[in-house]
Amino acid sequence: MLGEGIIKGMVETARNFFGSYHDPARFVTIQYPEQRVPLKENNRNFPFLVFDGADTEKGLRCVACKICEKECPPQCIYIVPERDAHGKLQKHPKIFDIDISTCMSCQICVEVCPFDAIKMDQEFELSTGDRFSNLLLHKQDLAKPNDYYHKIHPTEATLVDAQLAKERQLAAQRKAGAGAAPASPPKHAPEKLVPVG
Amino acid sequence: MVDLVRDDKGRPLPLGLEQSASIPQMPSELLEVSMGPHHPSTHGVFRMDVVLDGETVTRLKPVFGYLHRNHEKIAEKTSYIGSMPYTDRLDYFCSMTNNWAYALAVEKLVGLAPPDRAEYIRIITAELTRLQNHACLVGFLLQDMGAMGTPLMYAFREREKILDLFESLSGSRMMCNYMRFGGCRVDLPPGWLEQARRVVADFPQFLDEFEALLTGNEILMARTQGIGVLSKELAVNASVTGPMLRASGVNYDVRKVDGYGFYPRFDFRVPLGDHGDCYDRLMIRLLEMRESLKILEAALRDIPTGPILNPKSKLRNFKPNPGEAYGRIEAPKGELGFYLISDGSVSPLRYRVRPPSLINLTILEDMCLGHSVADVVVILGSVDIVLGEVDR
Repeated sequence: MLGEGIIKGMVETARNFFGSYHDPARFVTIQYPEQRVPLKENNRNFPFLVFDGADTEKGLRCVACKICEKECPPQCIYIVPERDAHGKLQKHPKIFDIDISTCMSCQICVEVCPFDAIKMDQEFELSTGDRFSNLLLHKQDLAKPNDYYHKIHPTEATLVDAQLAKERQLAAQRKAGAGAAPASPPKHAPEKLVPVG
Repeated sequence: MVDLVRDDKGRPLPLGLEQSASIPQMPSELLEVSMGPHHPSTHGVFRMDVVLDGETVTRLKPVFGYLHRNHEKIAEKTSYIGSMPYTDRLDYFCSMTNNWAYALAVEKLVGLAPPDRAEYIRIITAELTRLQNHACLVGFLLQDMGAMGTPLMYAFREREKILDLFESLSGSRMMCNYMRFGGCRVDLPPGWLEQARRVVADFPQFLDEFEALLTGNEILMARTQGIGVLSKELAVNASVTGPMLRASGVNYDVRKVDGYGFYPRFDFRVPLGDHGDCYDRLMIRLLEMRESLKILEAALRDIPTGPILNPKSKLRNFKPNPGEAYGRIEAPKGELGFYLISDGSVSPLRYRVRPPSLINLTILEDMCLGHSVADVVVILGSVDIVLGEVDR
């Protein structure tokens, strides 16, 4: 019969229409600013800098090695290392800027960082009236405490903390061993831990 | 006295119809229409110079390049890993398969083999990508035909579930940047496999629904059957690949021909079309989704535990030995290949993408000639293009 296919399709549409009022799995509308969907743990947006302890400036894990600046595909990171009075390089960034209007959230800076200093943030409400200066994040905007990192990526942060504790322990052992016996060849950082599913 | 106009039998024509008598003799004029670049049915910024005789297409010239962003040249200036996130942006519907194709090319270049678990994860993500791409393609095609919204929204409802899986795995819904040379970036989060199994188990119900909605629909059949026929010979000569080639009846699937990854371990069939018209191209996609579900069920059942990254893989100072490699996979749109030449430095000497969308688009004129301008929209929709990949 001509039109049978159309009627069949209409029945399907009607079934879906009424289903959307009864099936709880299909009540998908979220009233956004009031209600929010919890973000996935792995969700990533733009990078931030992790600092330990209470001092934003001293606690920064970043040592201004410029690896992330070099590896960043869209070249959105700009770093100037601190120098002391004699012009000697310090293991601390003087300037650390990320232009988030250029950043493409690829996470390569996080992967190449040997010091677990840069991590991905989940902050997404970044709209601003000034796209030039307000989207260029400076060191003080980027620095966030380790607790915040634990809050947004709990599994990953626990692994990173365990890793860092292990490295510190190894370094202490090496230091103690170097005084007593001829030092064994310095052991390189143990392989990275990955979360297991 | 009025001078009556008479027809060829000498009868006077009614007054006011003098003009109509002369219409058959009027010379018809060709009309050149520029469809796009901002036309809702061109799926992006794409233009077609269509020459019409009445409503019939007599010439059609596809014009692309509006979205060109120098992908290949950028890749030749950056490190090998640096172009991985850019591959996400080629065919932004299928970033997982783009990642895989590029990773495969680099792995061939340096001779890295991913561990078993990584191979399974790659197959799972690639087949999920195929599901959502094909579902959305059918939705978009129907949207172009005038089925405003309904099928597209049903497709997007399913796509949302798959994108949720991608987000919990890779951190991003579309720009996944997930594969690495010699494996994958992170392991599956806890509970991911169960969630994926649920999505896969629910998907056939959606397909049944979709088929009830479409397959027998008379309007759909009238609009697609016999429209835009692509002959077997032309398809092969123009090196068309993917579902378009198979809809013309050529049995060629890179998953079967090349057997990359662990595909030879899986049992699936390659659906073939008979006529090569738009209807076949549409139905091929529905059938391929069913086959993808078979692969997914087997892969989600058999996935082993173990490492996900080859220990020899590295990100920084990655310098392959001089040489060249071509890695290709069966992306949802066709054969996606990456051709790399290394000169031993940190960035490739030559980086070339073989984009299925662009090559499938080259025979657009041959398919459209003689059809009406409304059919052009349907034919273009059935090719399945993403302009990010066409222009690069």
